[in-house]
Amino acid sequence: MKAGIVVFPGINRERDMAIALEQSSGEKPRMVWHKETDLSGLDLVVIPGGFSFGDYLRCGAMAARSPVMTAIHAHAARGGYILGVCNGFQILTEAGLLPGALLRNASLRFLSMDCQLTVERADTVFTKRYQKGQTFRSVMAHGDGNFFADDATLDRLEGEGLVAFRYAGENLNGSARAIAGVYSPNLRVLGLMPHPEDLVDPLMGGTDGKPLFDALAAA
Amino acid sequence: MERDVNQALAREFGLNAEEYNRVLEIMGRTPSFTELGVFSVMWSEHCSYKSSRVWLKQLPTKAPWVIHGPGENAGVVAIGDGLAAIFKMESHNHPSFIEPYQGAATGVGGILRDVFTMGARPIANLNALRFGSPDNARTRRIVDGVVRGIGGYGNCVGVPTVGGEINFHPAYDGNPLVNAMTVGIAPADRIFLSAAAGIGNPVVYVGSKTGRDGIHGATMASAEFDANSEEKRPTVQVGDPFTEKLLIEACLELMATDAIVAIQDMGAAGLTSSSVEMAGKGGVGIELNLDNVPARETGMTAYEFMLSESQERMLMVLKPEREAVARAIFEKWDLDFSIIGHITDTGRITVRHQGEIKADIPLAPLNDQAPLYTRPTVETPKQEQLNAARIEDRLGLTAGLRKLLACPDLCSRAWVWDQYDSTVGGQTVKRPGAADAAVVKLEGLKRAVALTTDCTPRYCLADPEMGGMQAVAEAWRNLTAVGARPLAITDNMNFGNPEKPEIMGQFAAAIRGMAAACEALDFPVVSGNVSLYNETEGKGILPTPAIGGLGVLDDAAQAVGYGLPSWLDIVVIGKTQGWLGQSLWLREINGREDGAPPPVDLAVERANGDFVRARILAGEIRACHDVSDGGLLVTVAEMAMASGVGARLSAHPREIPGHAYWFGEDQGRYVVAVPDAASFIRASEAAGVPAVRIGVSGGGDLTLPDGGTISIETLRADHAGFFPAWMNGDNRS
Repeated sequence: MKAGIVVFPGINRERDMAIALEQSSGEKPRMVWHKETDLSGLDLVVIPGGFSFGDYLRCGAMAARSPVMTAIHAHAARGGYILGVCNGFQILTEAGLLPGALLRNASLRFLSMDCQLTVERADTVFTKRYQKGQTFRSVMAHGDGNFFADDATLDRLEGEGLVAFRYAGENLNGSARAIAGVYSPNLRVLGLMPHPEDLVDPLMGGTDGKPLFDALAAA
Repeated sequence: MERDVNQALAREFGLNAEEYNRVLEIMGRTPSFTELGVFSVMWSEHCSYKSSRVWLKQLPTKAPWVIHGPGENAGVVAIGDGLAAIFKMESHNHPSFIEPYQGAATGVGGILRDVFTMGARPIANLNALRFGSPDNARTRRIVDGVVRGIGGYGNCVGVPTVGGEINFHPAYDGNPLVNAMTVGIAPADRIFLSAAAGIGNPVVYVGSKTGRDGIHGATMASAEFDANSEEKRPTVQVGDPFTEKLLIEACLELMATDAIVAIQDMGAAGLTSSSVEMAGKGGVGIELNLDNVPARETGMTAYEFMLSESQERMLMVLKPEREAVARAIFEKWDLDFSIIGHITDTGRITVRHQGEIKADIPLAPLNDQAPLYTRPTVETPKQEQLNAARIEDRLGLTAGLRKLLACPDLCSRAWVWDQYDSTVGGQTVKRPGAADAAVVKLEGLKRAVALTTDCTPRYCLADPEMGGMQAVAEAWRNLTAVGARPLAITDNMNFGNPEKPEIMGQFAAAIRGMAAACEALDFPVVSGNVSLYNETEGKGILPTPAIGGLGVLDDAAQAVGYGLPSWLDIVVIGKTQGWLGQSLWLREINGREDGAPPPVDLAVERANGDFVRARILAGEIRACHDVSDGGLLVTVAEMAMASGVGARLSAHPREIPGHAYWFGEDQGRYVVAVPDAASFIRASEAAGVPAVRIGVSGGGDLTLPDGGTISIETLRADHAGFFPAWMNGDNRS
């Protein structure tokens, strides 16, 4: 699957993401500057973590209005795959490509630590290499990861099987129903707060995030 | 706006009568208001090192792997694979007291710029922090602000914060220390320097616009504090990590071309120090037209432009035909790019503003005739060695250990680390709390750097020479304990008022001790920073020569941490004598801060460390932790808490009292976990290195030699309690 990583000013985990994608696919992803408008040839568009435009407004709000977003909307409309991690997840919710919003962590502090994620379904292009109900370790590093949506939306997400991952154990950032990641209705857009791309090498403490990239590479 | 220049104004600007007379002599006339501003910041303690230069010269700065030592923006050492590590530590103490969040944040921003201005991509940040007593209501607000500031800046800019240290002591009540360190990596043959060259070459300003923030910050950093210091809040700068991130990417993109002749960040004293230093080092002149400086505010005067410490700005000298290339890169990143002057052959700095010449100063005397003081020194009286047998152990081992693990100086720092992004970049092999030094791998290579910051200020107060030596030795030891080859240090000398002979005596003695350790351990100083006048209302801080150490591992996979694995022998390397003077145990359990600190024997230090490193690289050591604050028992407990695996400890030798053996802080020691103690000890004896088996790992409890048993869970709860309870308390000021 041909992947591209969108770089907004202030994004800072694009290198981590490129390493994880290349390790699984053997192919360097294309780096896409936020002012580009042509995503043709890409199967997977990845929006990595960071602080786009400093996140001085609401997290992701500025990036969601960048020139590249028109092309990303079109990519989603034609059934293309999109992965948004951390700030990328925030941008996807701000762009209306995923439901809900990411609020300040309940502790009102930045959280940088390991967390455990439960795989809610293992039949999507992102999770085929995990088992349903499996928990795996991931790294969280965010100040605004507290997933919020109204009850009707949460009920719908759960009812339609659009919850991708939940925090197992302590729900550190206070997310509604411990939701760590959600899908679009066609299961082709995934947003999540933790960073699977930072655990793909035993030297960094584990490879729990690697199955996600292996699955994407094989798709 | 502009005031009459005379001796009284000069004094207000921090220049004494003799210094002002020297200005008059150099200028041959009364300087203009702007010129006086330039002299006063360039000759401030912060920029001129006028009290410390004579002593700093004693530090060893050379080794075959040193590419650039002190004198550049940061130190540069070769680390193999054609790469160089560029690093430095710098203080932001005064601003962090006045405005903790912005003070700490801009401290991080400033040190990042010192490193990437030389062509390096920053790969790690560390910080050495000292705060007042936790009982002082103000301390909590300062800790909260400093931690948020370091995290706020470092997390946003995308450089992992991987290590550091925190101490508390009432001596820092009115004067916390915030020392920030950055490490970057660059190709060894593509290092960018600041010496300007090429008559007529354009001088280019890039980055943020200039405002009125931070004017005279360098002068503030060169004076004591009093009760009215909060009035100095306007001299604290405000950081913008987003712009810094853009500046890093834009500068690195430009550095990949051949456009740059010289480059320097605008740090303390802003446009003044960057332009004066660049032209001065190049032996040329520089002419600036302030009308072209991007301004954030209207109506700024030449004086304000020259002295502003607005953040996230750089000054470059470009090759003339490469302007367009450079401009395109900065415009892509939405950063200001403005040609504000050119290099001249006059040997002077000439500043124009609105059609007038506002400053015209010869550079050579401004740089070369900066004041240099050999201030009087008084030696710190030696304290006597304590006899451990005469010191009562009121608590016993179990209660003593629990109390130590819970005390502010030893308790878990997880509350702090958890607010710093330590994994961005995806190369962090050893995160905070996993090993004695942070280990960060180089992207795409096996090679890794190991990083640490160290100083034990209570040793330095009791015996500055031994304390200085110990700080360097402990940094070397911490790098060794992960298996790294220690290469070089950066030093951040935090002291009180140098005009007091006893303070200058501390400084001189600390330098002596550091120099001896650097020499003996082949561990030269390649960069550093001096922060003096750390006093409030006449009360000085503990002398704190903070050391930032850098080492290298050829293969990151060889790094060891201190988490204790199961079913291994536990061995202590190095001689245990039971030294209780200045120990944490003595302070926390007996309420005493006396005695001579433990001596460092540099030959023993080297022999023990070289042996440990070789055994780690041979794969024989599965976990390693140096013995420092709290002594042997605390070291083993920390190893157990890190992995959740317990240990059973053996009886100590009869000739040493138990509390002295287990809590003494003898230097040059490591606790290691090995599969077979007997053969390991045979090898150590062959190398002339003392080693003793002190127990075995396994289970979920720590069993002490007196029979006391504590579960690791209990130890962890003791250890983790202080920070969250203290910071979430309800008497927040």
